[in-house]
Amino acid sequence: MERYRVVPGPEGYLPPAAALHGVELPLPGQGLVEGSRVEGRTAALAIAERLVSASVPTFFPGPLLLWKSTEEALERGRLVREIAREVGAKVIPMPDYRPKYPMIDPAVEINPNHPNLTIWFNKIDVGVFIGVHCHQANLALKIIRGGTSCFTVALCAHEGHEDANASLRDTDVASLTALLDAVRIVKQGGE
Amino acid sequence: MSLEITRMNPHFADVMPQEYTDLVENGPFGRDFGARDLGSFKELFEEHPMCAGCNLSLAFRIIVASLPNPADTIMVGSTGCNSIAFPQLALHNVHSLFGNQNAIASGLKRGLALRFPDKVKDVVVVAGDGATADIGLDMTLHSWFRGEKFATVMFDNEIYANTGGQESGMTECGEIRNMAPTGKKFNKISVANLAIEAGCAYVAVVTTASPLKISKCFEKAVLVAREIGPTYVQIYTPCPTNLKLKSSESVSLAKERSKGTYQFREHVSPEAEEFLAARAEKTEEQVRVTSKDEEMHSA
Repeated sequence: MERYRVVPGPEGYLPPAAALHGVELPLPGQGLVEGSRVEGRTAALAIAERLVSASVPTFFPGPLLLWKSTEEALERGRLVREIAREVGAKVIPMPDYRPKYPMIDPAVEINPNHPNLTIWFNKIDVGVFIGVHCHQANLALKIIRGGTSCFTVALCAHEGHEDANASLRDTDVASLTALLDAVRIVKQGGE
Repeated sequence: MSLEITRMNPHFADVMPQEYTDLVENGPFGRDFGARDLGSFKELFEEHPMCAGCNLSLAFRIIVASLPNPADTIMVGSTGCNSIAFPQLALHNVHSLFGNQNAIASGLKRGLALRFPDKVKDVVVVAGDGATADIGLDMTLHSWFRGEKFATVMFDNEIYANTGGQESGMTECGEIRNMAPTGKKFNKISVANLAIEAGCAYVAVVTTASPLKISKCFEKAVLVAREIGPTYVQIYTPCPTNLKLKSSESVSLAKERSKGTYQFREHVSPEAEEFLAARAEKTEEQVRVTSKDEEMHSA
């Protein structure tokens, strides 16, 4: 069976969960790029390349990063803003998961129940999720892969997301610092 | 949720939508707002997809504004019109399967007590008459028999409004509904009496004609449930869509019923009465101390 590659969509209504196609989560120290396990450093460089070359790169910080400002969240927040500045990315928050009525304002927020609205409205070609609870991130990633051509990145604090086009696991202050370094290296023309 | 979760990460304050900034700066978290202050603070339940003149949404708005401690409250809903309201609520909430709400709330309340032994966590069930008195009656009654410490609120529109208008156990005898054309053949279930028999420490029956009464009863129900045992508040919320009323007429109907077949009733157990009296005394004392302080400052 040909290996399933988790590439940007649109894959159509109800895209399959990548896990159903045999895509496995990265092991400690690894990341995922298009469904393949790679070294964490390789994944960080691939994400950095995407961010640097994107027309409208955008960070989507979720509730775990936006609320309850622990020291860790503050530092992670500072680094996310720093990376966003470095690549000229927008920051559009996902403050909660309510499917708001009549609809969210896609110019200023993103929602896991219809993330495609924000992607389409802002013409986002690379979207980075961070601080979003696992099941809501999976939902958003699948919808985006189903209906848009946006390249998705999941900077996960746990085991990574197989439905993202690229994902890091155990994302903490150190790995965000490493991603910032990777972005600077890519901007200077690579290693 | 707790109060600290309502604090914003300053690195993202500039990109947060206005709605959230308003909730943090002028919302009810950690502040003493109630139904009396509606219109003067950012509410947790604002835009909603309910029909014009919906009394359920009115009751929902009032009880959400009357939560004694919203930052530490989780609401449990069920299938029905209220499940369309819940997704708009800026508060942690759980949607249960039809009728399961009191079973879910039992587990939730016990889980929260284990997870946060030093914190007060309120659980409030809000469901329609179908979920409470028909499909979930066993779950409702057994949570009361077990003495589970949470408040149950029934929005009683006397109909399955969301599915076109079938009669429910709470429909009055003889009433005709869109999908019950021969009329109801048996009496309205007296869930309030069942609640008293089942051991609820506080029970109230109110209508949307008296918003402040709803607020007071609901607050008592949450506080008594926190300290003593299960409580029940039944609110008459007529449905203008199914009863074919103009949107402005539904509250008038509630007013009319509140003088006839839906009169205000309240049952307070002796233990709950003692608790509420002690609490009122404490509040009065606090007010006295505050005004004394203010007098001293102004002098």
